[in-house]
Amino acid sequence: MIVLEKRPQASQLWSLATPVVAVLATMVFGGLLFALLGTQPVEAIRTIFWDPLFGEFAFYYRPQLLVKGAPLVLIAIGLSLGFKAGIWNIGAEGQYIIGALTGAGVGLAFYPLEAWYIFPLMVIAGALGGWAWAMIPGVLKVRFGTNEILVSLMLVYVAEQLLASMSLGLLKNPQGFGFPGSRNLNEYESANSWINQNAGLHWGVVAATIAVIFAYVLLNRHMLGFHIRLTGDAPRAARFAGVSPGRLVLFCLGTSGMLAGLAGLFEVAGPAGQVSIDFNTGYGFTAIIVAFLGRLHPIGILLAGLLMALTYIGGEIAQSQMGLPAAAIQVFQGMLLFFLLALDLLTNYRIRLKSREVA
Amino acid sequence: MDLSQINPILLVASLMVAATPILLAAIGELVVERAGVLNLGVEGMMITGAICGFAVAVETGSPWLGFLAAAIGGAALSFLFVILTQFALANQVASGLALTLFGLGLSSLLGQSYVGIKPPPTPDLHIPLLSDIPILGPVVFSHDLILYLGIAIVAGVWALLKFTRAGLIMRAVGENHDAAHALGYKVVRIRVMAILFGGACAGLGGAYISLVRVPQWTEGMTAGVGWIALALVVFASWKPWRVLLGAYLFGGITVLQLNLQAAGVAIPVEYLAMSPYVITIVVLVILSADKSRAPGSLGRIFHATS
Repeated sequence: MIVLEKRPQASQLWSLATPVVAVLATMVFGGLLFALLGTQPVEAIRTIFWDPLFGEFAFYYRPQLLVKGAPLVLIAIGLSLGFKAGIWNIGAEGQYIIGALTGAGVGLAFYPLEAWYIFPLMVIAGALGGWAWAMIPGVLKVRFGTNEILVSLMLVYVAEQLLASMSLGLLKNPQGFGFPGSRNLNEYESANSWINQNAGLHWGVVAATIAVIFAYVLLNRHMLGFHIRLTGDAPRAARFAGVSPGRLVLFCLGTSGMLAGLAGLFEVAGPAGQVSIDFNTGYGFTAIIVAFLGRLHPIGILLAGLLMALTYIGGEIAQSQMGLPAAAIQVFQGMLLFFLLALDLLTNYRIRLKSREVA
Repeated sequence: MDLSQINPILLVASLMVAATPILLAAIGELVVERAGVLNLGVEGMMITGAICGFAVAVETGSPWLGFLAAAIGGAALSFLFVILTQFALANQVASGLALTLFGLGLSSLLGQSYVGIKPPPTPDLHIPLLSDIPILGPVVFSHDLILYLGIAIVAGVWALLKFTRAGLIMRAVGENHDAAHALGYKVVRIRVMAILFGGACAGLGGAYISLVRVPQWTEGMTAGVGWIALALVVFASWKPWRVLLGAYLFGGITVLQLNLQAAGVAIPVEYLAMSPYVITIVVLVILSADKSRAPGSLGRIFHATS
């Protein structure tokens, strides 16, 4: 009979190995899925994981890695702080939309003025927008004890409706011939988040890098980071140590909302270019996978974000070259999270074979 | 604006139809939570049920086989949740999210070739006498079988929890799994059954959307109904009849805002469309003051040490 024995301490080795094993397992089972869909499995896996990096057109795809990875890392870093403390913000998608709306709104308000201060103001507005949207579940949780999971998620649907309303109304391009969507910010010099478009470099990449460093220092060198970890591991002990749960909730939700808002702003002012009805593409949800795949550790999240960006890009290539359906990549990403959560067992438990004892 | 266009009889009849998916998903989740498990994957199981039911109904031409397939599909997806949380002892919140993300992807993969097809109609019942009562007949007694099945499940769950030994054992497992284990009850086995039941109900609810309420298949068509169902369980303080009440309340809001959209009220469509979600939040705030009724072991991992 198989018996699970709790380890006195989480295994360091398995904690590092599970993401790798999970990725490998996902490749195997993903390959089976692709085979079922009638594509060559080995070919598909190679197209997804190898071609964007080392294939013939890698010079085009490599910059895309930064473009797609930056928002994922930025959002996931924020989410990981809360997840560590058992505070579940799963509405990052909504905060991402609101950040894009407020940031782009400020930028468009200045149109056609060209000035150096416009972009910094947009960044502040985007961060504040995401922060404020995340503070709704935060304040409700602290004040009324409302479940932050449900409230933050409900607000995603509200934000999506707001986005539709804004791109059809307030932020609509007055010279857009009646088409929905705002002015293109890429054609507006002062409100542009690109640094070097050919290298895939925009201010979101810079912000994501800073966020990784900031989170690393916070969690390893700062009292607040210690409190976050303590609350997640032993909530009762944390309360005896004088941690205020309410303030922690507000900090974690606020920070993750702010980072998600920033990600939205950098996206709308760069790769997306404009506010449109289908502006959001699910980064806020994929970032949840990124946060877990990176084991809620800043460096891990950086690597996981790049890997997930790779599956996005590779998925698009496989879609156009091999006719692999777009949804297959979504299934692939979901599968990854399953394997990760299941294999986590090995980190915290030892599996022993025992003969059944007679009671 | 012309509010006289809104027909109250049709409004109540369509309210019952709009409420049924939420009702089915919520009563399933209620059983799961009373057994002490928090499954946040309701949305994923619903959308999987929606496409399984739709595909089978289209292929076989029978809506009933479709509903059966939806229940099986929902339960099959929830079995992944069983493996993760009951055997691999994974965090229930994270596993539930994984289930939803996976379910959304899987459903759009399965549903590719079913976009724009009409499913076979689900026949409405005609109950002799009852259906012929003026006003009340067409409003309450002339729906399809699944709608009444939903109400029957609520009654069944209520009776199970209140009057039977099995219900008592399930509640014990949910309130304190360690004590229940010490008394010799099979905690994991009971929870597995509860989760599978919840999955089947969510699948049925999803299929009700794709086969009756809409009826067609579009990607992500459940649009947060699964999450509203989760909120509804909290709203109902984990009591079956209150789930019914809450589902009809939300069904009413949904139908009313659709009617207001059609009647051309001066409020923009987007703001009407966001109202069910905003009202869910408001209701959650009002009711979350009373947390005492939540099952004691809700969301905690059970690991038998001996």
